[in-house]
Amino acid sequence: MKRAWAIAVALLLGSCARGDGRVTLTVWAMGAEGAAIGQLIPAFEAANPGIRVEVEQLPFAEAHQKLLTGFAGDSLPDMAQLGNSWLPEFAALGALEPLDARVAATPGLDRADYFEGIRDSNVIGGRLYGVPWYVDTRLLFYRRDILARAGFDRPPTTWAEWRRQMVAIKKLVGPGRHAVLFPLNEYEPLEVLGLQQAEPMVTADGHGNFESAGFERALAFYLGTIRSGLAPAIANTEIANVWDQFDRGEFSFYITGPWQLGEFARRIPAARQDEWATAPMPGPDGPGASNAGGSSLVVFRKSGRKDAAWKLIEYLSRPAVELRFHRLTGDLPPRKSAWRAPELAGDPRARAFAEQLERVKPTPKVPEWEAIATMMRTVTEAAAHDAMPVAAVAAEIDRRADAILAKRRWMLGREARAASQSPSPFRRFAPPSLSRWEREGARSAQPSGKGEGDRLLAKESAS
Amino acid sequence: MSEPPPSPSPFPLGFAERAPSLSQWEREGGAQRRKGEGQPHKRRALPVNVAMWLLGLFAVAPLLWMVSVSLMQPGEAAHFPPPLVPHHPTIQNYVTLFTTTDMARFFLNSLILATLATVISTTFNVMAGYAFAKLEFRGREALFRWLLAALVIPAQVAMIPLFLICKELGLVNSYAGVLAPSIATVFGIFLVRQYALAIPDELIEAARIDGAGEWRIFAAIVLPSLTPILVTLATFAFLASWSDFLWPLIILNDTDMQTLPVALANLSREHVQDFELMMAGAVVTLAPVLLLFLALQRYYLGGLLAGSVKG
Amino acid sequence: MNRERAAWGFVAPALVALTAFFFLPIVAALLLSFTDFDLYALADLGNLRFVGLDNYLTLLRTPLFWKALGNTVEFVALGVPLSIATSLGAALLINSKLARFKGLFRTVFFAPVVTTLVAVAVIWRYLFNTQYGLINWALGAVGLGPVDWLGDPHWAMPAIVLFAVWKNFGYNMIILLAGLQTIPDELYEAARIDGAGPLAQFRHVTLPALAPVMLVVSILTMAAYFQLFAEPYVMTQGGPVESTTSILYLMFVQGFQFWNLGFATAVAFVLFAILFVLTLVQLRVVRRWSDR
Repeated sequence: MKRAWAIAVALLLGSCARGDGRVTLTVWAMGAEGAAIGQLIPAFEAANPGIRVEVEQLPFAEAHQKLLTGFAGDSLPDMAQLGNSWLPEFAALGALEPLDARVAATPGLDRADYFEGIRDSNVIGGRLYGVPWYVDTRLLFYRRDILARAGFDRPPTTWAEWRRQMVAIKKLVGPGRHAVLFPLNEYEPLEVLGLQQAEPMVTADGHGNFESAGFERALAFYLGTIRSGLAPAIANTEIANVWDQFDRGEFSFYITGPWQLGEFARRIPAARQDEWATAPMPGPDGPGASNAGGSSLVVFRKSGRKDAAWKLIEYLSRPAVELRFHRLTGDLPPRKSAWRAPELAGDPRARAFAEQLERVKPTPKVPEWEAIATMMRTVTEAAAHDAMPVAAVAAEIDRRADAILAKRRWMLGREARAASQSPSPFRRFAPPSLSRWEREGARSAQPSGKGEGDRLLAKESAS
Repeated sequence: MSEPPPSPSPFPLGFAERAPSLSQWEREGGAQRRKGEGQPHKRRALPVNVAMWLLGLFAVAPLLWMVSVSLMQPGEAAHFPPPLVPHHPTIQNYVTLFTTTDMARFFLNSLILATLATVISTTFNVMAGYAFAKLEFRGREALFRWLLAALVIPAQVAMIPLFLICKELGLVNSYAGVLAPSIATVFGIFLVRQYALAIPDELIEAARIDGAGEWRIFAAIVLPSLTPILVTLATFAFLASWSDFLWPLIILNDTDMQTLPVALANLSREHVQDFELMMAGAVVTLAPVLLLFLALQRYYLGGLLAGSVKG
Repeated sequence: MNRERAAWGFVAPALVALTAFFFLPIVAALLLSFTDFDLYALADLGNLRFVGLDNYLTLLRTPLFWKALGNTVEFVALGVPLSIATSLGAALLINSKLARFKGLFRTVFFAPVVTTLVAVAVIWRYLFNTQYGLINWALGAVGLGPVDWLGDPHWAMPAIVLFAVWKNFGYNMIILLAGLQTIPDELYEAARIDGAGPLAQFRHVTLPALAPVMLVVSILTMAAYFQLFAEPYVMTQGGPVESTTSILYLMFVQGFQFWNLGFATAVAFVLFAILFVLTLVQLRVVRRWSDR
């Protein structure tokens, strides 16, 4: 009796699928991008009559949890938008399909056309797991007029210059106001400063590297700026309206991302739009790097419709479509050819982003990075209020990072032991997923996809 | 002359052992009116009643405000001082709610799930409760004590492994997965047992002597006499399932399978500034529950009392 | 024996369901708490390690756990007395011979209990709104400054306490009401003849007679309040600055956001242990009371 039911149901379902002969592709997208992708789909479906696309929009705040729960419950879609800071995690889970072969076989996806740092953030364990969809990074938004009044006609290109400018501005604006805003509950400013160093923040063998000369230099610069009063020791929740306060000159430098281009244009009064500009990040000894952020399009390994998914990815990666997407969302395209469009090439504020994107590095490609960055923020938040020496703060961050990475070191060690042993019939069930990414090891920072999270915060605090 | 109250006891007695307390003070109220209250009490009546009205206001004001805001123009509530009554009442928010979000779908999901949960759990709880009360089987008492001990364990402890178990059984993202933990509840079994103990053994024995099978006895004799507790159980089950939040949140991944509480929580995080829209959503979520309660309060409150005794 | 087989037939479905979906997970949770089940293990069970009591030891060394414990204790310490006092007040009012419209008020007082938590949490979030909320407006009317209820770490937990009291006081009210009704009128009459005013009557007649019920109610309420979870989840997401992160909220975040299942189940069992000990202690107190 039960068998009869099962057959009947199977026939029914089968007939439904075969009925219109189309493949249904499920896509998860987040936030504003989720809404925008819906507008790009009809043209794709028209060009591919055999494919129907179902987009599910997830709020950013829940996307990560939903993705993990989907993985745990085997209910992931065919493809998704994935912040590239989440790529190491999902690659480690073995959830993502490697895309090298498909990219190589698709002439339209020219490697040279992508910003190298962004592309690199999608490579884990030597294999490519995502195609960049939009990018972001962080750089300086600054008050050009206040800088001029303080005696400088150009934004800084080195830390020393930056520090000089901040001191001069602070003297100019007086007590109660500051030169720069480094919100204590955001780890991105320090993360960017850390990325600008030559030494990686996490080593290939799974240790924290926060006691390196480079990171200590970054930490000293960061803490020194706050402790000397150049930056206020507050969290972003204590900022009622960041645009208002920027407009009033309460701080003149702000490290943030491309979504603020539209916000600043909208919220600062038209008469004063000339007062602000963007500039690439200054580095320790010259123009510096920044984080390689943004989102990629990924295909999940368990999908049964990878070919259809790839068609959609190829479509969305066309420069013309990326430009359309940019117009809908304000997100920056990852392809240099798309940047040649007049609205991007002709906008000096956007051009600073193009320049910075040539100098971006991914955050450490370990799944634990977000936990480590959050911990780093907690420690520096406390240190900003006291006088603990920089070396001690760095040591504390390092110690805690080592604890967070303990399991990873254990797994790396196990892999090494397994590799060194002679093959035996019992080795058949050795864990597969690790060796792929662990061989790559942690190196240059991976852009924190936290950009999306912050944008959400910015939008919430704005309204 | 009012009836003598039952013998004083430190704990409220079980449902079966005395008349539901609800009618007791209703009787008392009548007796009081018949006695005719004396003058000295009138002075104290005012503060007592004022206190009651104030507390009542505290209890019901948020709900009234919810209804009021749901009928306001979009954006009207975000003013200082906050308006209490809409200037130009409108059902626009409800229209927006049902057209731009999948509210009708979520309502249907909640309705179906709550109904299924009610039917299933009432059935199994009644069967088990009766068995624990009246049917002899080996280890009955010990088993029941274990069940009671389980009442102390917070349900959230089980949720994580339960998710993994459901994943193995392929129940993730399905109605069956949502219903799994509510198939039978210890509280329900306990409640039924309390009530079933009161069924006279002679009735059952007589039916057995007449040759009736256990299931027939259950259907013909036990169920009819358990009807009040059945309604109580069903009410509990429906309300619990309707309001259940954490488990459906975890087990359901598809947005279009969500239940009302989950959907409302998600909506409230996206539409942080849309007071009026959110209040409309809250009304839609609360209306069935409150109406059900109003209709069946006798059973609900009676069951609550019976269940408050814990061995 | 046919009857015994039938009996099992009656009990079996419920027992099977309870075992599979409640008892088995509980045992599994206990076992999980002795492993380091995390995201890596989710990917591949071969990455699971047995770590004995490590999770529990780590727990005790985690500052956030102690903060969560402190928050939960703060909630219980503020909420239980306030809740029981309000319930007792409501029960006394309804029980009072001077009260009118008892039926209506009983329903009104109980209504918040049956409401869906998420829906009323959304309402209360707006009531607590710093600029437009009714509560700050009412405070302003009596001259008190606006409070950033859900944004200020000092006020977030009291806000949740207020909300929880509102939602739950009707429940205990019903139980206390039943207890009040078992007190014979004659005792009050006797006290009145002896010249006792209403307050003295309360102290010498009501409270002693009600004491056992009150103890039961406080045990139940304390156990329930230790399991605080949904309110912080919906209203404050554990913030601001983790001031409303309760133990179960910590468990949820660790379990379902970070998938540190080993750690999360350890948290759950620590909570269970606390509840168990507390209940035992209170039962002993009750026993000593009734022996008096």
